[in-house]
Amino acid sequence: MKDILLVLPEIVLLCLAGLILIADLFVRPGQKWFTYACGIGALLWTALYVFVPFTPVGVVATQSAFSGLFVADGIATVLKIAMLLAAAIALAYSWTYLKKHGLDNGEYVALTLFGTLGMMVIASAASMLTAYLGLELLSLSMYALVALKRDDRIATEAAMKYFVLGALASGLLLFGMSIIYGATGSISLDGIAKAIAAPNKMAIALGLIFIAAGVAFKLGVVPFHMWVPDVYTGAPTAVTLFLGTAPKIAAFALAYRLFGNALVPAHADASLILAVIATLSVVLGNLIAVAQTNIKRMLAYSAIANMGFLLLGFVAGGKDGYAAALFYALAYAITGLVSFGILVLLSGRGIEFDNIEDLKGLNSRSPWFAFLMLLAMFSLAGIPPTVGFWAKLSVIEAIVNAGYTWIAVIAVMASLIGAFYYLRVVRAMYFSEPTDADVALPGAAATTLVSLNALAILALGAFPSAIMALCARALQN
Amino acid sequence: MLLSLSIWVPIVGALAVMTTGRDKNSNLTRWIALIAAVAGFLVTIPLYTGFNPSSAALQFVENVPWIERYKIGYYLGVDGISMWFVLLNSFTTILVVIAGWVVIEKQPAQYFAAFLIMSGLINGAFAAADAMLFYVFFEAMLIPMYLIIGIWGGPNRLYAAIKFFLYTLLGSLLMLVALIYLYKATGGSFTIADFHKVPLAKTPQILLFVAFFLAFAVKVPMWPVHTWLPDAHVEAPTGGSVILAAITLKLGAYGFLRFILPIVPDASILLAPFVVTISLIAIVYIGFVALIQTDMKKLVAYSSISHMGFVTLGFFLFVGGQGSALGIEGGLMQMISHGFVSAAMFLCIGVMYDRVHSRNIADYGGVANVMPKFAALMMLFGMANAGLPGTSGFIGEFTVTLAAVKQGMFWTAACAGLALILGAAYTLWMYKRVIFGDIGNDHVAEMKDLSPREFWMLMLVAACVLGMGLYPAPFTEVMHKSVDALLLHVSHSKL
Repeated sequence: MKDILLVLPEIVLLCLAGLILIADLFVRPGQKWFTYACGIGALLWTALYVFVPFTPVGVVATQSAFSGLFVADGIATVLKIAMLLAAAIALAYSWTYLKKHGLDNGEYVALTLFGTLGMMVIASAASMLTAYLGLELLSLSMYALVALKRDDRIATEAAMKYFVLGALASGLLLFGMSIIYGATGSISLDGIAKAIAAPNKMAIALGLIFIAAGVAFKLGVVPFHMWVPDVYTGAPTAVTLFLGTAPKIAAFALAYRLFGNALVPAHADASLILAVIATLSVVLGNLIAVAQTNIKRMLAYSAIANMGFLLLGFVAGGKDGYAAALFYALAYAITGLVSFGILVLLSGRGIEFDNIEDLKGLNSRSPWFAFLMLLAMFSLAGIPPTVGFWAKLSVIEAIVNAGYTWIAVIAVMASLIGAFYYLRVVRAMYFSEPTDADVALPGAAATTLVSLNALAILALGAFPSAIMALCARALQN
Repeated sequence: MLLSLSIWVPIVGALAVMTTGRDKNSNLTRWIALIAAVAGFLVTIPLYTGFNPSSAALQFVENVPWIERYKIGYYLGVDGISMWFVLLNSFTTILVVIAGWVVIEKQPAQYFAAFLIMSGLINGAFAAADAMLFYVFFEAMLIPMYLIIGIWGGPNRLYAAIKFFLYTLLGSLLMLVALIYLYKATGGSFTIADFHKVPLAKTPQILLFVAFFLAFAVKVPMWPVHTWLPDAHVEAPTGGSVILAAITLKLGAYGFLRFILPIVPDASILLAPFVVTISLIAIVYIGFVALIQTDMKKLVAYSSISHMGFVTLGFFLFVGGQGSALGIEGGLMQMISHGFVSAAMFLCIGVMYDRVHSRNIADYGGVANVMPKFAALMMLFGMANAGLPGTSGFIGEFTVTLAAVKQGMFWTAACAGLALILGAAYTLWMYKRVIFGDIGNDHVAEMKDLSPREFWMLMLVAACVLGMGLYPAPFTEVMHKSVDALLLHVSHSKL
């Protein structure tokens, strides 16, 4: 019974997702807003189940269930709430966009919910198998979401690419897991951590390489980043919005469970691999982003760079490093929701916002939306007083503390390059004359939501203490 | 409380300005902006009247924990070095609001709000006693300045805005790594006073020096990282040029005194000849560059770089000797004076630009015939820029040159003296070509003399320029203790 109570949030979400899938059959095509409302409701309701210690899952108490397959601890709670909220917000932003593009069917909601369920499973994984299970549930949902616009050639191509490469990465990950299992004789993360001290070091290192490759693919970092720009650009913007936010938190969860829990004793080897991957993606991601004119593609390269920055927290390791990476993941999700959210909302009624050019003169048409986008851009660039600055600071502090001062210098120099292309967006919005096309502004509810979301960037930038403390506390045990 | 007010009154005022809407209600916008700027200045006055000049410690201290995780505090305080700059900045903000009064037609609410936010952030940077708080203010001010140059700037504003932003960011990002290194070295504190005390070996000191030096040298700007300044100045609207020249350049120089000298004293002494050399290059070479400019704003921009060379020169004359305190105080005086004089010069150019819409010297000539009042005032500012005794421009340059002689650095003093001649040459030659002679063309003939708004705006600065030139004691007497304490600190090796 205790085990059931611990996985109650997942069970609730699964049931609700199934119910919504069936109920949607009875909703008329014109009434699909009902399904969306139910989807958002389901996510928030589940978040409540995670939040309220129905089961005694405080932020600190660690409990495991199902003979060590599943764990409910502080970090899982924080991650799950963040994932659920991010998914709910993404769903709320997407509605008008999907309706305009004729994608407003129930599958979208169901796939989002199943994907979120997969993320939650990853967050609570206590064994390699659980982690893999959650990952596959998430990935399969994502492949289908990207292919949702099935008559569109580019979207289909993106989905195909995503699927083939994703399957390969899953294979690599599984292969790495099996090597580790062979070397340690254990599938549970704790068991691996205990057994890894044993001498069979070569096998561990080999497994580590494959696991790092798989995780790097899911994070979308160099050299496993090729799918990111194509998928971000090819998928409908609403899907990109979802893809670019909540699954990033899940990718952090996966990396944390594998590197922060299971492979901690092999940190010296892992950090070597991760340092190379992370530094390369920070540099390359920022460099290539400079050349982009399509804003979705630019944000894709920005995501590569940002995920590289997040990985730097893993390079540093230790509680401080993981706390910094967690903070970075949360800050990135909040900012990503705003940047993609505004694109989705503005594309929802009028013209499609695909290129940086399309944002021209936004300030003279809607100063408020221009300001919100400005906040997101400066947060991504890491300029105070936004939350992005403190996230970068935490990671840099952790990495300097771990003795990698030179990597810190490279990372901040890459941020300088990054500032250039974020500023181009600001330049288009503020310094250019508006184009002829009409901008239809979103409704009051969506405007309020995105305003709160964007002002959170500023508020957390002015008072980052609470969220920093939360991240540190989540990693207490 | 006072320092908090000096930061937040303008920022809250800016929010109020922004609520007045876009191009409608321009009048309401202006008045609210003016009230906010004046209120922002009034709250800084008690900083001077209540200042205790016999103490070197930080005064008006506020210390509230802000980010416990890194022990970052909302820690404010001013000493004799920083106090005047808070006042200077708040005063300049009033000038900026008046200068943009009817001139700015495009989105005036955002314009005034950006300057008021700038004002608050700059006060924050001067008042911060916590390094991370300083950094946040220092960086955050890039955002409004970027928008000011980019939205209301000249034809080439896009290039200038991004150049300004990236140049400054380059320097400050290295400083960020340096701050984190010091955070580690102090065992977990971002308080600047703790940075002053921490012992550091030679190599880290030199690396830290380089990181800080890049951040502040870009801001000052020193040769050869000065190239953003002429672009930014030329393209920025009048108010932007005024704030840039009068205040933000001073932040760079302030960083030298607050961070570099006390944190890495041994590296500073070791590298002082290097800094003195590039300061001299700035003074002399940039002086020559200014001489050949055909664009008035560019000319004043280069003259700013040359004048700021005196400041860094004064700061790094300090190696022992009796001239050291004199050098630093001279540099500080030069900073304040240049705040007034460069603001005045840019305001004068703005006045002409608003009428003729050209910054080229060749497009003018004989302005004195149609604008006698203006010509008289600009004469005063031109003289101050050239360092005429009796104006504020004289005090700083004279003191720094004197300090160099006292230190036994005769050739340095000689070079600096040469710059005084150059300063007179480029300023007065420009003045002659623009103001004197026959009326150059029809545009000049149509120019109207100063409106009451412009007249009183320039009179306000003229009073400061003359007042400081004739009676500098109020400025210097608050500095002595802090400068002495600083020099005492620097004289103890950290190795």
